[in-house]
Amino acid sequence: MANNILVVAEHFQGNVTDITFELLGKGRELARALGGNLGVALLGHDVAGLVTALGAADVVYTADRAELREFTPDAYAAVLGNAIGQASPRVVLLGSTSVGLDLLSLLSARLELPCVDNCVALNTQDGELVATCQIYGGKLFAEVRLPQQTTLVAVAPGMFPAEAGRVTRNPQIVYLPEVAAAPGPRMSFRRWIEPPPGDVDITKVPILVAIGRGIQSADNVPQAEALAEALGGAVCGSRPVIDQAWLPKTRQVGKSGMTVKSKLYLALGISGAPEHVEGMRGAELIVAINTDPRAPIFSVAHYGVVADLFDILPPLSEEIKARQG
Amino acid sequence: MKIAVLAKQVPDLVEGVEIDASGKAVDPTSIRYILSELDDHALEQALLLKERSQARVEVFSLETGEARETLFAALAKGADRVVMVQSGQESPPDNHTTAKLFASVLQGSAFELIFTGVRALDDLDGSLGGLLAGYLGLPYVGLVRKVELAGDQGKAIVEKEYPGGYAAELEVELPAVLGIQAAEQPPRYVPVSRLRQVMKTGNVEEQAASLPSAPPLEIERLYKPEEGKGATMLSGSPEEVARQIANILSERRLLR
Repeated sequence: MANNILVVAEHFQGNVTDITFELLGKGRELARALGGNLGVALLGHDVAGLVTALGAADVVYTADRAELREFTPDAYAAVLGNAIGQASPRVVLLGSTSVGLDLLSLLSARLELPCVDNCVALNTQDGELVATCQIYGGKLFAEVRLPQQTTLVAVAPGMFPAEAGRVTRNPQIVYLPEVAAAPGPRMSFRRWIEPPPGDVDITKVPILVAIGRGIQSADNVPQAEALAEALGGAVCGSRPVIDQAWLPKTRQVGKSGMTVKSKLYLALGISGAPEHVEGMRGAELIVAINTDPRAPIFSVAHYGVVADLFDILPPLSEEIKARQG
Repeated sequence: MKIAVLAKQVPDLVEGVEIDASGKAVDPTSIRYILSELDDHALEQALLLKERSQARVEVFSLETGEARETLFAALAKGADRVVMVQSGQESPPDNHTTAKLFASVLQGSAFELIFTGVRALDDLDGSLGGLLAGYLGLPYVGLVRKVELAGDQGKAIVEKEYPGGYAAELEVELPAVLGIQAAEQPPRYVPVSRLRQVMKTGNVEEQAASLPSAPPLEIERLYKPEEGKGATMLSGSPEEVARQIANILSERRLLR
């Protein structure tokens, strides 16, 4: 094992995604601190055009084949196992994403390598690496000293600046050989399913009233809708609200939902689990109301109120209506 | 068609979680355990397949927390067999250890599908489903929101979630492990009367498994986020708070 860093690149619909640049920026910082090089694994089909976007890396390990066009955990894990062998990394950086999460645990078990998930900070301390990870829905942080062997680290999206990883340059290219997966390909991609058409595109609405588990039942949703209407905005929600079918899927904010950057994000009864925060961290003004003073939502909010949302909603709706005449 | 569901116990966050004197672990006496929410979705998805295609559903849980209660509830919901895996652990072990335990229990059983929640609150070392698939040499897909069985072809068609509301439809050869993100419908509730009846007449099987030696991650420090760090906290009566919020919106020209 050398002191190299290997980033697993992700791309969607022909573009390298932000998480890749976030990881490359962090990877460059770590490679510099450890005195190793920075590699990136790029798997897909017709991806040669994406290589220059990965110029933050010294080496691109690439496999360009029809069966890798879209992500399937089985085939990608097999090729990445080879890339890890060639790059000899101290750390493999993945996104804590739809792609990265599957690979993290599959590779950890197949290659017998340790792994950590939900990493929000990763730093060197006296030549060793310490990862800070969120657990219990963001209510606790765990500092983990990474073992002295190749370790897989899945990083939460939005934790490191993407700009640091955006370097356009032609790095060295290493072509990964075809790997004969022992039991053969056991999985195939069939098609993309588009998001369902929505009544409202919440990524374009400047004012969002967001509800979480604290709204308690479908019967209470109209109260939030009334406030959203008074503000001239729309209602959206966190995963539990969508899973209970209190709001349609098109209104989901967070991992596998929408990422919003609204002018106002009023979070009602949302604890602020990492999967949700990922989708709303970029809002310009975040006001959160929650009964738990230690709710992680307060660490991303600009203004916070420790209260029962049902105590605040009626007077707030009244106040807004009064001011808007 | 046999489906195994792995049901994990996790701390109930409503009750709060405290850190012990070492500062490196949670205080087990501060925790009330409940079934991991996404494992409940995994069970629901398995029960939906049972209703649609006469699958047999078997639920496995490590003997930690309220596992026995969880297993009785699974029986009451319609599981065909429930098994408590005993390894002498008092609190839930890390996912590598848990995956190795389940791998030893499930190895050689003729399950076509193994379901587990794609993540759990206490995940630090990856997700259980992917680790288990790796140890068993089976294919794995995580973040699954829909599962259909493809007739007699020994395949499942699954939908895997992506950001922005997209999903990928994948065809997976069985046997396979799936990490469930959401069942096709909200998990069903068990009427208390039904649960009581099952607790009298139902059977939770017990199976011993020897604890594998997996070197755990070295946690240096466990800590809570600082209270209210970052946010300016507003206080006062509900009316006062409402006025303060309206003032902030007004200053930012967010009111029409």
